[in-house]
Amino acid sequence: MCQTCGCATVGEIAIDADRHHHHHQSIASHPPRQKIAIDRGILSKNDRLAEQNREYFKTKGVFVLNILSSPGSGKTALIERMLQDCNEFCIGVIVGDLETDNDARRLRSHGAPAIQITTGNACHLEAGMVARAAEQLDLDALDLLIIENVGNLVCPAAYDLGEDLRVVLLSVTEGEDKPLKYPTIFKTAEVAIVNKIDLAAAVEFDRSLSIANIKQIAPQATIFEVSAKTGRGMEDWEAYLRKNILLTSC
Amino acid sequence: MHEVSIVQKALEIALEQAQGATKIHALKLRVGELSGVVPEALEFAFEVVVQGTIASEARLEIDRIPVVCHCSTCNLDFQPANLFYECPQCHQISIDIVCGRELEIASLEVS
Repeated sequence: MCQTCGCATVGEIAIDADRHHHHHQSIASHPPRQKIAIDRGILSKNDRLAEQNREYFKTKGVFVLNILSSPGSGKTALIERMLQDCNEFCIGVIVGDLETDNDARRLRSHGAPAIQITTGNACHLEAGMVARAAEQLDLDALDLLIIENVGNLVCPAAYDLGEDLRVVLLSVTEGEDKPLKYPTIFKTAEVAIVNKIDLAAAVEFDRSLSIANIKQIAPQATIFEVSAKTGRGMEDWEAYLRKNILLTSC
Repeated sequence: MHEVSIVQKALEIALEQAQGATKIHALKLRVGELSGVVPEALEFAFEVVVQGTIASEARLEIDRIPVVCHCSTCNLDFQPANLFYECPQCHQISIDIVCGRELEIASLEVS
């Protein structure tokens, strides 16, 4: 049998080359198939850049947060509250959105350097985007860099940005079962923050069910319950953060 | 959206690794259950992304990798029955995920 194409020819075929359909005219018309093993992560380039970011931020003594949530959970409000409360630290922000620089402008109004990344159609931030945005910040002057990811509970999970701490935020208005619906992202987070607890009663939020769901899906995560709007519960989260920032700067 | 960019990155790696080949016949990926990527969406994106390249007629093979966790108490690797990753013996929830996060390009078939 022909090894090239599987046709039923045997040995040295003496059929007229003009009439026979292929391989004896030119082997080049049927080059053999070859398997190439690659075994490489599709996002390996991002992972490499993220590791470079992590090393670079470390040499600059900057602690880095990557905050993930669905749109409207209150990421920007949480950061605004942190800028007010943790003003003993120099904090910079990189914020990702599909369009507009509204969030960066909100954050700059608190005096923080804030770089907006508009991703166009991309649904997540990548390590390379963060590296380019960070070039616009004076990292030597910063203690904390907060990356506000694009509002999305799916895609950002796969992209390491070089952060020290991955924080997933959900709000009481989204329902108690958010971690069950988006388990992947919750399983990658070191911290889970429940926001808008000031609205819990109004939306009949079942606090214990929500906490139980997070603990079951993401037992590795430290959980905080806050209202970025009223400031309730922020002190526990901020104490945890302060401890981590100080450990980095030592 | 996300799957399109994943497939584009996979194709970039494939084209780079296929040096000298005139045709990519097959591309094999390993996709973990916890990778955040939907295989069906990858297949759909693949058909679009490969057009006009030497992989335009390539077959996409996806190896789906189930989640496997390790329980340190029982020293047991297990496939969780549901999202909660509970050890079938001691019922503790495991945070040690052995596999299931893969998003890899395994191999190519070229000529």
